[in-house]
Amino acid sequence: MSGDLPDFIFGKLDWDTLPFWDALKDPTTFKIINAVISGGAGALVVLGALGVVILVTWLGKWKYLWSEWLTSPDHKKIGIMFIVIAIVMLARAVIEAVFMRAQQAVGLDGGFLSPEHFGEFFTTHGTIMIFFMAMPFLTGIINYVMPLQIGARDLSFPVMNQISLGLTAAGAAIVMISLVFTPFSTGGWSGYPPYTERAYNPGPGVDYWIWAVTLSTLSSTLTGINFAVTIYKKRAPGMKLFRMPLFTWTALTTAILMIFGMPPLTVATALLALDRYLDFHMFTSDLGGNMMNYVNLFWAFGHPEVYILILPPFGIFSEIFSTFSGKRIFGYPVLVVATICISILSFIVWLHHFFTMGQDAAVNAAFGIATMLIGIPTGVKVYDWMLTMYRGRVRLSVPMIYAIGFIMLFVLGGLTGIILATPSVDYQVHNSLFLIAHFHNMLIPGLLFGMLSATNFWFPKALGFRLEERWGRRAAYSWIVGFMLAFFPLYVLGVLGMPRRSLTFFEPAYLPWTLIAGFGALVILFAMLCLLIQLWVSIRDRHQNMMTAGDPWDGRSLEWSTSSPPPEYNFPVIPEVHSRDAYMSEKEQGKAHQVPDEFPDIVMPANSAMGVIIAVTGSAMAFGLTWYIWWLVILAGVVTLVAVIARGFVRKTTRVISSDEVRRTHLAWLECVRKTTPVDRSKEQSPENQGLPVPPVNGAVQ
Amino acid sequence: MSEQPQTSRRGSPLPWVLSRILGWSPVTLLTGCSATHITFLDPQGPIAQAQRQHFWFVVAMTMIVVLPVIIQTPWILWRYRYGGKAPYRPHWDMSRWLDVMMWGVPVIVVAILAVVLWQQTHRLDPYRPLDSDKAPLQVQVVGFDWKWLFIYPEQGIATMGQLVLPADRPISFQLTSATVLQTFFIPALGGQIDAMNRMVTKLHLQANHTGRFAGKNMQYNGGGFHHQRFTVRVVDDRQFDDFIAHAHRQGQPLDRQRYEEVLVQQGDTADAARALGLTSYQRGEPIRFAPIPRDLFRGIVDDAPFESAVHNPAPHQQAAMHPVAYQALPPKQQTPPKPTLPQDKETSQ
Repeated sequence: MSGDLPDFIFGKLDWDTLPFWDALKDPTTFKIINAVISGGAGALVVLGALGVVILVTWLGKWKYLWSEWLTSPDHKKIGIMFIVIAIVMLARAVIEAVFMRAQQAVGLDGGFLSPEHFGEFFTTHGTIMIFFMAMPFLTGIINYVMPLQIGARDLSFPVMNQISLGLTAAGAAIVMISLVFTPFSTGGWSGYPPYTERAYNPGPGVDYWIWAVTLSTLSSTLTGINFAVTIYKKRAPGMKLFRMPLFTWTALTTAILMIFGMPPLTVATALLALDRYLDFHMFTSDLGGNMMNYVNLFWAFGHPEVYILILPPFGIFSEIFSTFSGKRIFGYPVLVVATICISILSFIVWLHHFFTMGQDAAVNAAFGIATMLIGIPTGVKVYDWMLTMYRGRVRLSVPMIYAIGFIMLFVLGGLTGIILATPSVDYQVHNSLFLIAHFHNMLIPGLLFGMLSATNFWFPKALGFRLEERWGRRAAYSWIVGFMLAFFPLYVLGVLGMPRRSLTFFEPAYLPWTLIAGFGALVILFAMLCLLIQLWVSIRDRHQNMMTAGDPWDGRSLEWSTSSPPPEYNFPVIPEVHSRDAYMSEKEQGKAHQVPDEFPDIVMPANSAMGVIIAVTGSAMAFGLTWYIWWLVILAGVVTLVAVIARGFVRKTTRVISSDEVRRTHLAWLECVRKTTPVDRSKEQSPENQGLPVPPVNGAVQ
Repeated sequence: MSEQPQTSRRGSPLPWVLSRILGWSPVTLLTGCSATHITFLDPQGPIAQAQRQHFWFVVAMTMIVVLPVIIQTPWILWRYRYGGKAPYRPHWDMSRWLDVMMWGVPVIVVAILAVVLWQQTHRLDPYRPLDSDKAPLQVQVVGFDWKWLFIYPEQGIATMGQLVLPADRPISFQLTSATVLQTFFIPALGGQIDAMNRMVTKLHLQANHTGRFAGKNMQYNGGGFHHQRFTVRVVDDRQFDDFIAHAHRQGQPLDRQRYEEVLVQQGDTADAARALGLTSYQRGEPIRFAPIPRDLFRGIVDDAPFESAVHNPAPHQQAAMHPVAYQALPPKQQTPPKPTLPQDKETSQ
């Protein structure tokens, strides 16, 4: 029904799609509350977008934004843009989580959210946190750090990197637009049919979800290829595989998981789209379809995905434990082997997500045991990290606080993971809040603490000044406490049989626990606020915390050997690597900051608009498909095709930076380093730390 | 039937809340004193009991690996803090002995857990009939949006909102869904199992005592999901017979019109009661249906609930069930004395 709007132009879009329309037509208190929440969110999206446009125009920065950022093929800038998307989406999804916790805190026999609204909340929260927070965040960090760690100038395929960013941005845009033209899916982040089939959910919600997720998975597949090829082909001379920093190792395994783990979901959502748009019967109940095929495909993606999310943080924490303990990582080869074990095992455990679907006991038991096996290498890693601190000199900086929070909370998540891996017990806690508590226990202390830790760790490298420490600590402690308050009660609720995704409950025994969890959500909201204040204070006081010499934490790997921020080409001369902890051993031998004999001309990729074009056409096509606006779909398709062909005719894909310019920049930086006073670690957090540590004595950090 | 936990609980929530919190502690768990049993930590049947035992066993075993981390990390942080006096060995990065420990202990823990897991998964397999001298009671469960229909094929009745079971006798469930995926769950008796459209899953449970237990759907299936609950009332054999007789006396006939206009429509049990004109219906009480169509469950699985008379199952689907004794069949019931139930389309792969 499209009312007075012509179908061929507007498709299924109608006034009803505006979030407040229903409440205008039939205003009841309940509807008005929900309309204020969803309308407010929609207004925030529109105002936010307008605000950005006005700000950039007012600052006169459109040209700068276009040529220095949007069309830049520089892996560092693309990495930062990925992280910006992740943080914006994190803010939205945390607010959604607070609404859900608030609803359940007052949810005994009632609450203030409508069932549809609550369904959209848990669907967008999960979809955003996985596909538009976690994935872009870790992709951004790897993008920024990995080439620096292996001594490369850029990724192997810089334009493909832009396209990955464009696809993720398009997906994130679609999820944001769904706040203005509602509704989104209520099918959960896993979108199980037949609930998500057209017969049961004919509206645009599931279509929004399908296309947002499809864009994201395509982006991640391309990213995986890009990272893996870069690590295989672009390592500096002497950087053998077993000399790579552990973060690069986890980036490599993650990239491989992305290549093999993402396509099953792309296929699953594509098949679901065929069902919905073209009356196929892949996952319907009749005519040969079977929803169990979707469930298997989804988790064939879903379980490797869990390790895509957790392996990079493992790498990050390995770097952080070693750096802030002033000590070599304990058991490097063991950690590498454990990482590889985990990534292989991650492909053979997917069935544990649906033990209750009626398989044979032997099948369930086999997958349960395979799942528990993952606990072994993970446990070994945890002990390796503890032994890295053992006999070290541990400095409790912000990244380290996150790391400690991680190690102690993550093992509890491991414990509940073993419980869930046991089929006979899983029958009791599957689909309950116990499961929710478990995977948040893995993803908040694991993934999110890893990302926040990485942000605090590498921020001075990326932007040239340190993040403020006091607000950073407040944020870190609030995250840890908030997490425990918000999610430990969910374990209890799960054991008491409270289902996940419950709008309301009728069991008074649940109430005290939902209240504590609701309070925990507020603490997490406070932690988010601390992060914002930390960023604001850091930018305000940036001149006190300048880090030009480039090595604020007495780092061990190559990214600390270059200036902060690094030049576009990362290294004036590609370094030669002779051992693990390449930069630390240079410092130990007094060979850091030497003047190279000669400077080469450097060839770098030229700017390209491909990423922006794909972002625009990708979101336009997804929007058109969702609302059946076929002219927009065709137009976006044609533009994409033309752009790809036109790109094939571009002859000038590189530009040369002359050796004179490289020499001038590098000598100026070395001069600046020479003028910097070296500091010992007791002054790490004071303004005296300008990024030059006192050289180590016999390997001992000073 | 005299108990009405829904209303009595609403009267004085606070003491009730406190008693529930206390009731959850391991000591009082054994006595199980609350009105409606909601969790497997307060088990009311052999399956849930074994699950609770296994749960604590896994927790205890895993603690062998977890506790050292939680205890030692703060100690290491303090002892090896920057500025401390403990030995500092920046190049120490390998120890054979510690490596063997680090791999060895988790391997042994997981090996023990794996052996127990293999045994328990088979022993507690929901498809495995329970050992008992009594013949199991057959119950067929159909999930609708957002209510459950419980069919007693041998007794020729069906209920909604309340599942009445005899104590101390195995129950053999067959489950399907008339709509999207949902998950059938009675925590105090045993584990959950998925109910899927056009497919049949199985579950075997048993209750040790009479009492009231909570039952629910665990898989989100739309706006009324949270209302898809039911009460399990476990009674002794005599009360069970009374219940069946009562259902035959007072049940509503489940005909095509009621099926299509009440059951298939989205809405919870209370909505269904309203649509059936049961004005005094209270949540947790049963809506009784009798008589019910022959082979109703089979018909729903085949997506043709009222065509079972003409339905002719494929030869490979035909298999005779054990003859079962019928009691108190009303004269107008058309079910033949020895019904045949086609073998289920199994969901196992």
